[in-house]
Amino acid sequence: MQYILMLYSEEAGWSGLTSAEQKHWMAAYQAYTEALAKANVLRGGSHLESISTATTVRVVNGKSQVLDGPFMDSKEQLGGYFIIEVPDLDAAISWAARCPGASHGVVEVRALGAPPAP
Amino acid sequence: MSSRAGDAQARSTADAVARRSYGKLVAFLAARTRDMAAAEDALSEAFASALADWPRSGCPPNPEAWLLTVARRKLIDVGRRRRSGEIATAQLQLLAEGLAAAAAEPEIPDQRLALMFACAHPAIEASIRAPLILQGVLGLEAKRISSAFLTSPAAMGKRLVRAKNKLRQAGIPFRVPERAELPGRLDTVLDAIYAAFTEGWADPDGTDVVRRDLSEEAMFLARLVSELLPSAPEALGLLALMLHAEARRRARRNACGEYVPLAEQDPASWNSQMIGEAEALLRRASTLGSIGRYQLEAALQSAHVHRCRTGRANWAEVVQLYDALFALAGSPVVAVNRALAIAETHGAGTALEAMQALAADVRLAEYQPYWAARAELLTRTGALGEARRAYAIAIGLERDPAVRRFLQRRQSALPA
Repeated sequence: MQYILMLYSEEAGWSGLTSAEQKHWMAAYQAYTEALAKANVLRGGSHLESISTATTVRVVNGKSQVLDGPFMDSKEQLGGYFIIEVPDLDAAISWAARCPGASHGVVEVRALGAPPAP
Repeated sequence: MSSRAGDAQARSTADAVARRSYGKLVAFLAARTRDMAAAEDALSEAFASALADWPRSGCPPNPEAWLLTVARRKLIDVGRRRRSGEIATAQLQLLAEGLAAAAAEPEIPDQRLALMFACAHPAIEASIRAPLILQGVLGLEAKRISSAFLTSPAAMGKRLVRAKNKLRQAGIPFRVPERAELPGRLDTVLDAIYAAFTEGWADPDGTDVVRRDLSEEAMFLARLVSELLPSAPEALGLLALMLHAEARRRARRNACGEYVPLAEQDPASWNSQMIGEAEALLRRASTLGSIGRYQLEAALQSAHVHRCRTGRANWAEVVQLYDALFALAGSPVVAVNRALAIAETHGAGTALEAMQALAADVRLAEYQPYWAARAELLTRTGALGEARRAYAIAIGLERDPAVRRFLQRRQSALPA
């Protein structure tokens, strides 16, 4: 099954780190991504640009409303994601637990919907 | 054979198979499809077919295999009907072949433990785990489960459906976890079984059939787990704890139906066979070298039994056990019981001081035993006005009429 690991964290926390600390975290993410790839479970993923780049779009009565800012105004914001392919939720959870994002924020694990039958 | 006699025989065979094998069949089907709801639907259709077919053709020599074969066909239908978009035809084909091979086996492998681990998975909401296990392993209807858990059948039904959808869609595995993660994962299974037991236990008369049955069913599950995992000390501890409670169930009421507290119970009215079994389980658990919540709780029951039987006070030992239990699972409920034991070793004043620390815990505001314990301790220190008020709150929170009357008698026995 395919799962998406959604990494939520406080953006302000990142900018508050020293550059040595930032390097440390980046190295941890890189190692994690390599481990996913080596285990042949990585199917995609990326970090996201800052929430200051977020734009929300909604069409109401045929008119599109475009707003500056993220959809959810919470302290912890989506900062990146991985898509992995593993046999079951337990395997997905154990990869989520290894993700550096789980130690400085939270990782939400969601199964991707199965593709429609041929 | 007249068709009527055939009907009766078919029904009784089907009933016997249902009792013996329902959980095994659901577990077996669900483990292969990861779809508990579809497994249950298919099996109930298979039972319906059996009731239609067996009176005409006679009961098959291997009814379980017959049911499994029919359920397999139904499962494929159910799968196609319900979610053609979710499961690929090739996958269904594989599934059907696997099941066909399994149905030919003389004995269906027992995967009820795997089913229980799926139902009590940490990704499943804690309060629905016990109902899920009761339904999956024992085939209890939502209606019966809901009344024991004080909720409406419709609400319980909806929550069960939601949990089963999560099992399927989130890909929760139906398997017994690896040795390294087993103890932690087993805890959630044992907690769910104990929750089912305590819901049943709330009816000490055994007059409420639904509740009484539920504690029997929970006992069956605890036995099953301890048989399937004989070297898991906490599984043995849980069964020992439940046996201790069950052994004294009837002693909690006198002939007039009034509540009898432990200290006033006649040890001769306890079920000594159950107590003996509990003690043996606890001894075996203690050789397995890993202490836990259920073993400690069972050891406390054992200490209470010993004290009541011999008349020798063992409160220091009881306080020690509560200390260990509190260190392991620091719940306010444990702290209340610990304070009552401290009252016996250090006096009611010290016990009240120990309890003072709990006063801020909002969970205790609605916990009857906390107020009853407070009332009892306040009475002993002579703070009668406060004791009367604490009794009033305890009485207001109690739902068992016999216990309510008991507390009312205690309250009115206070000197004016």
